[in-house]
Amino acid sequence: MTYLFLQHYWCFVVALLAALLVFLMFVQGANSLIFSLGRTEDERRLIVNSTGRKWEFTFTTLVTFGGAFFASYPLFYSTSFGGAYWLWMIILFSFVLQAVSYEFQSKLGNLLGTTTFRRLLVLNGVLGPLLLGGAVATFFTGSNFIVERDNIVDGVATPIISRWANNLHGLDALLNPWNVVFGLAVVELARTLGILYLMNNVADENLRSRASVRLVGTSLAFVVLFLAFLGKVLLGEGYAYDPETGVIFMEPYKYLHNLLAMWPLAVMLLIGVVFVLYGIVRTILSKTYTHGIWPTGFGTIVTVLVLLLLTAWNNTVYYPSTADLQSSLTLQNSSSSEFTLRTMFWVSLLVPFVLAYIVYAWRAIDKKPLTIDELNSDHAY
Amino acid sequence: MNLANIDLTMVDWARAQFALTAIYHWLFVPLTLGLAVVMGIMETIYYRTGSEFWKQTTKFWQRLFGINFAMGVATGIILEFEFGTNWSNYSYLVGDVFGAPLAIEGIVAFFMESTFVAVMFFGWKKVSRGFHLASTWLTGLGATISAWWILVANAWMQHPVGQQFNPDTMRNEMTSFLDVALSPVAVDKFVHTVLSAWVLGAVFVVGVSCWYLLKGRQLEFATKSLRVGAIFGLIATAMLMLSGDHSAYTIGQTQPMKLAAMEGLYKGGPDQGLTIISAINPFQQPDYETQDEPALKIAVPYALSFLATRDFHGYVPGVRDILDGYTKDDGTVEPSLEEKISRGQCAIADLQTYRKAKREGADAATLSALAAEIQENMPYFGYGYIKDRSEVVPYIPVCFYAFRIMVGGGCLFVLLFVLAIFFLYKKDIAQVRWFHWAALLCIPVAYIVSESGWLVAEFGRQPWTIQDMLPTWVGVSQLSSSAVMTTFFLFLVLFTTMLAVEISIMCKQIKKGPEL
Repeated sequence: MTYLFLQHYWCFVVALLAALLVFLMFVQGANSLIFSLGRTEDERRLIVNSTGRKWEFTFTTLVTFGGAFFASYPLFYSTSFGGAYWLWMIILFSFVLQAVSYEFQSKLGNLLGTTTFRRLLVLNGVLGPLLLGGAVATFFTGSNFIVERDNIVDGVATPIISRWANNLHGLDALLNPWNVVFGLAVVELARTLGILYLMNNVADENLRSRASVRLVGTSLAFVVLFLAFLGKVLLGEGYAYDPETGVIFMEPYKYLHNLLAMWPLAVMLLIGVVFVLYGIVRTILSKTYTHGIWPTGFGTIVTVLVLLLLTAWNNTVYYPSTADLQSSLTLQNSSSSEFTLRTMFWVSLLVPFVLAYIVYAWRAIDKKPLTIDELNSDHAY
Repeated sequence: MNLANIDLTMVDWARAQFALTAIYHWLFVPLTLGLAVVMGIMETIYYRTGSEFWKQTTKFWQRLFGINFAMGVATGIILEFEFGTNWSNYSYLVGDVFGAPLAIEGIVAFFMESTFVAVMFFGWKKVSRGFHLASTWLTGLGATISAWWILVANAWMQHPVGQQFNPDTMRNEMTSFLDVALSPVAVDKFVHTVLSAWVLGAVFVVGVSCWYLLKGRQLEFATKSLRVGAIFGLIATAMLMLSGDHSAYTIGQTQPMKLAAMEGLYKGGPDQGLTIISAINPFQQPDYETQDEPALKIAVPYALSFLATRDFHGYVPGVRDILDGYTKDDGTVEPSLEEKISRGQCAIADLQTYRKAKREGADAATLSALAAEIQENMPYFGYGYIKDRSEVVPYIPVCFYAFRIMVGGGCLFVLLFVLAIFFLYKKDIAQVRWFHWAALLCIPVAYIVSESGWLVAEFGRQPWTIQDMLPTWVGVSQLSSSAVMTTFFLFLVLFTTMLAVEISIMCKQIKKGPEL
């Protein structure tokens, strides 16, 4: 295993975690629809309890994604989190609110009332995907930061290595319309996945038929927004670097070139998109098909994985700087040492085992779709 | 290098925000760790006996566990990301070492915890009794493994091992994973912290059970829960004391300034006594430069020397000795602060020279020689940023009193558990009302004691983010103090509101009682 291989391997692992996170944001997507899909108290309880049995997975994946990024690309962690302060803080706030909202909402002694906590779930359901999507979009569009390692011993102003070049500290990402487009695409994708998940996981005909109708508009909005962003990315300029010198430069059609140069990724992208659409279209067309979450979920993971790999593999800059091009981060200039990546490689071999027990436990809990009778007779939120 | 532009107010707000998050996080985590074992024991009894009583008893404590669990998770994620948001220089400089335990924690521990906690709550009617029991234990195991890795990371900040500074990447890089993962400080920290969490969980179970006895409700449930809690608590407390002793010894070896602050030891030497109490003004840093010891000091003769060196006559340095330099019992000379500062400045200057030479295309032999020079003074790198003697002395009153609260609390809980077992087996515990009140009052005391432990650990390490390597004011992000102050107050309001809701829900659930 060479250092270069390990750098690409860990990029794959981080991208896979991000892809799993996007899939698991069906929790946020469904929560954003608590009040519009659920018309009665029972229906709302079903939605909350259905996603409530999975929120831990989303949360844990987010935490592990952060940890893995920190461990493998500490310069990204320090630059993005320390610089885009407000963006990450709002994301964190929204996830904290989500974590407590499930457990607290329907308990005796809840001082703030059930509706407050459900509104917080809606807030997280919209803000979480929107801002995470906006943050991911900056991998293509760039961020406003400067990195100078010598500052630690030689800093003219301060010893701080990474700094943001404007005072908006991450909120500036939302001033770029393409970041917003991608953020909204992720919101609609999360909602699409959320609807598909509820249709599969909840045994309530009223909810299912309402969800089926809602699926049309939501998935259409997602497809339009996603294709617009994908078109912009593939047809626009991208950030590239010379692996020998490390010099960073702009390259027309960079991401399209990446797809062509790494044709297996192009095939995977195609497969991913087909699976996404298959799950959605079959669910819309069939009155009895409720398993759309699985093909669409699988397709989502594959598609997001490919998109993220396009931003980093094939000598591509994965975290471009719009303030100083040469401060941009690449797999080679921002990764941990070979020793650390190698050590963590052995740990990462546990991942299939972890996935296996997650699948086993998930199936054990989800043997039968959730009903209101079950909520009334067992532990429920 | 310019430190004048570092906004020290912002540094203080960043420290306050991290402390706030850590303090709130530690309000919830120990109960999670402690109750996990109690629930596991109770469900094991249910599994072996098939008794509906034990099933309902387990479910009751699980409900309280669940209410508490969410807040632990929520505050935990903030802590992880605050390393990046507020301590970006730190994240870069040590991410190569520090990030790995965090990643492993996520992959190995968090997924185990989050997967099986869902089975534990929702699987009573969906999975077999054996699988459910395994899920309960695995939830606790996941939480405990998680504690292991985050404490490995924390221990590394207290005692950085298994790493070397790389002048090419300008950061510390891991050279031995085992040294990091199994450092003596990490082992001590893990054992001591988890045991303290078990004790808190046991105090909680005993206290809540006593509330039922006080009210004359659910007597069988209360008595049997109390028995499990008290026996578990006594065993945990006994082990805690042993681990505490070893932790103090390790601190003596690795962080003498922390030990001196904990003891209020201004001028050390051989044959040092362990201070039981003395009059240190809690609101002011004492005059350690001219005083030899605090006023009204009452000490156990020779005990500190034994605690810190395993020799009743061992040499224990005080604050002033550490500042002026001293000779250890084995003849090793510890340099004075002035010398450390000078060597730290040399390390910084050597690093500048190396970077300049590299930029100018110096040959490999020259760079190699310069790199060797850097490593010579690198253990004192952080001292290059120190300007004044007072900067390296932690705030003594907090360390001193928090340490006494921690140790005193531990002794109190031994008494609590011994009395509980005595009354359970020799008297009718349902009739001993004063004890019910005492046990109930011990619940908030346990939280204060538990937090005090962390105050000792973290205040005692100041001003270092990483001991001797990185002072707090060099580890921060480039932010304005108003931005960090705003998020501090947002977190304060958020956490406090959620804590109030949690306590309210917890009280209602306890009032409602088990479904027996």
